[in-house]
Amino acid sequence: MKTAAAETEDIELHLLMEAIFQKYHYDFRDYSPASLKRRLLQARDRFGCTTFSALQERVLHDPGMLPQLLSHLTVQVSEMFRDPGFFRVLRTEVVPHLRTYPSLKVWIAGCSSGEELYSLAILFREEGLEERTLFYATDINSTALRKAEAGVYDLARIAQFTTNHQRSGAKRSLSDYYTAAYGAAVFDKSLRKRVVFSDHTLASDAVFAEVHLVCCRNVLIYFNRELQNRAVGLFKDSLVRKGFLGLGSKESLHFSAHAGDFAEFSRSERIYQKRG
Amino acid sequence: MNHEPAHRQFRALVIGGSAGALGAMLRFLPLLPRRFPLPVMIVVHLPPDGESLLAPLLNSRCQLSVKEAEDKEPILPGVVYIAPPNYHLLVEPDFVLSLSQDECVLYSRPSIDVLFESAADAYGDALAGIILTGASSDGAAGLKALVDAGGRAYVQDPATAEASAMPEAALDACPTAQIVDPSQIAALLLRELVPAPS
Ligand SMILES: C[S@@+](CC[C@H](N)C(=O)[O-])C[C@H]1O[C@@H](n2cnc3c(N)ncnc32)[C@H](O)[C@@H]1O
Repeated sequence: MKTAAAETEDIELHLLMEAIFQKYHYDFRDYSPASLKRRLLQARDRFGCTTFSALQERVLHDPGMLPQLLSHLTVQVSEMFRDPGFFRVLRTEVVPHLRTYPSLKVWIAGCSSGEELYSLAILFREEGLEERTLFYATDINSTALRKAEAGVYDLARIAQFTTNHQRSGAKRSLSDYYTAAYGAAVFDKSLRKRVVFSDHTLASDAVFAEVHLVCCRNVLIYFNRELQNRAVGLFKDSLVRKGFLGLGSKESLHFSAHAGDFAEFSRSERIYQKRG
Repeated sequence: MNHEPAHRQFRALVIGGSAGALGAMLRFLPLLPRRFPLPVMIVVHLPPDGESLLAPLLNSRCQLSVKEAEDKEPILPGVVYIAPPNYHLLVEPDFVLSLSQDECVLYSRPSIDVLFESAADAYGDALAGIILTGASSDGAAGLKALVDAGGRAYVQDPATAEASAMPEAALDACPTAQIVDPSQIAALLLRELVPAPS
């Protein structure tokens, strides 16, 4: 049994998500409620509100606070070559398949501030696939997308990125791809000359291209099962026959409605291949 | 504790600890019988990039099956779920598990508070929780949320704890929690949480 206060809070949370959706068309209604609630409690305190109802009133009447609220609602943790083993398997086992196509499209869904995109662009350059590839980098967070387009990262993060890159089976040094200036690493803009950045939500937007590889890492864990099914359905519809889907290290299709449409390509690295 | 409503039925158990918690758990988890009817969710603080050896280790020593929790996994009775390193473990209102990489709470991910608070939200007064030995105050707020929701709280006796900070903080936050010795926990859980066969 729940206490009356807990029940009221659930109602308020539900109404707040509905308000954000109706007013701003950002749809968080099918995110995992438990972690969404924690992030909203932080936002509530941050905005000095004592209840979700008070926060709802602020959100509805002050559109200026939306970007800040969005940054509370989405988790932006990222890293270049995050989970190097994933990129190593991509390099050694997926790339040989990709090589057989004369032209390639790659969709990075939930690209955040671009770390994953640059990792893939570098990997594709090192493997000689860059010239034939078009990358789509999409996210709902426009602040993050702008950072992705800039490709500038704090120099303090580069040591970690460099280790990860090496562990992914690097063919060159990471420093070949950026210049250091004023405490920042500025990634070579040629890495994004074949990239389309776009605002796209897995919650309600449709498929926009036929692609050979989808990377959607560390995004699905924030969705409930229905929304995960919707997103994986989009990936399925977007992928060519035998196309690849890469997920985050703690994500799987194990409990997905679409599990049967994919074969496990690398169980440990969570890489799937669409069945033919 | 004597005025228990007769209809009360426990539906889940959560456990949290850090330094020394493995040793403490090995004193009662292996004693829980295969028919133990509650799911058990556990957060133990671990180094972030270590591969988790905790689940296989406990699994080899327990009668219950012990596994690392997966995202959106339905919660089953008699299964022990361990939070993976570097991820928070949460219970969703529809009784599936979630993982998240939200910020650390009190320098910890996984965080005991995050598990306990979400479980208290989902299970209300049908939840029991144990705070074991540990060297941080993580778990105190979570155990308080559990108590506020009407759940049953147990705390390892700080005198028996390898690190007493965690049980002490939990007792400060929840003075009504029952103080327990790890060697007695299995018998206590069976007596207090499991309905006698009628
Ligand atoms: C934790 S980051 C993952 C970044 C990167 N993929 C990685 O693994 O390092 C999650 C990203 O998902 C984005 N996101 C959240 N909801 C989304 C949605 N409905 N559609 C697309 N992206 C979403 C967030 O804005 C955030 O940038």
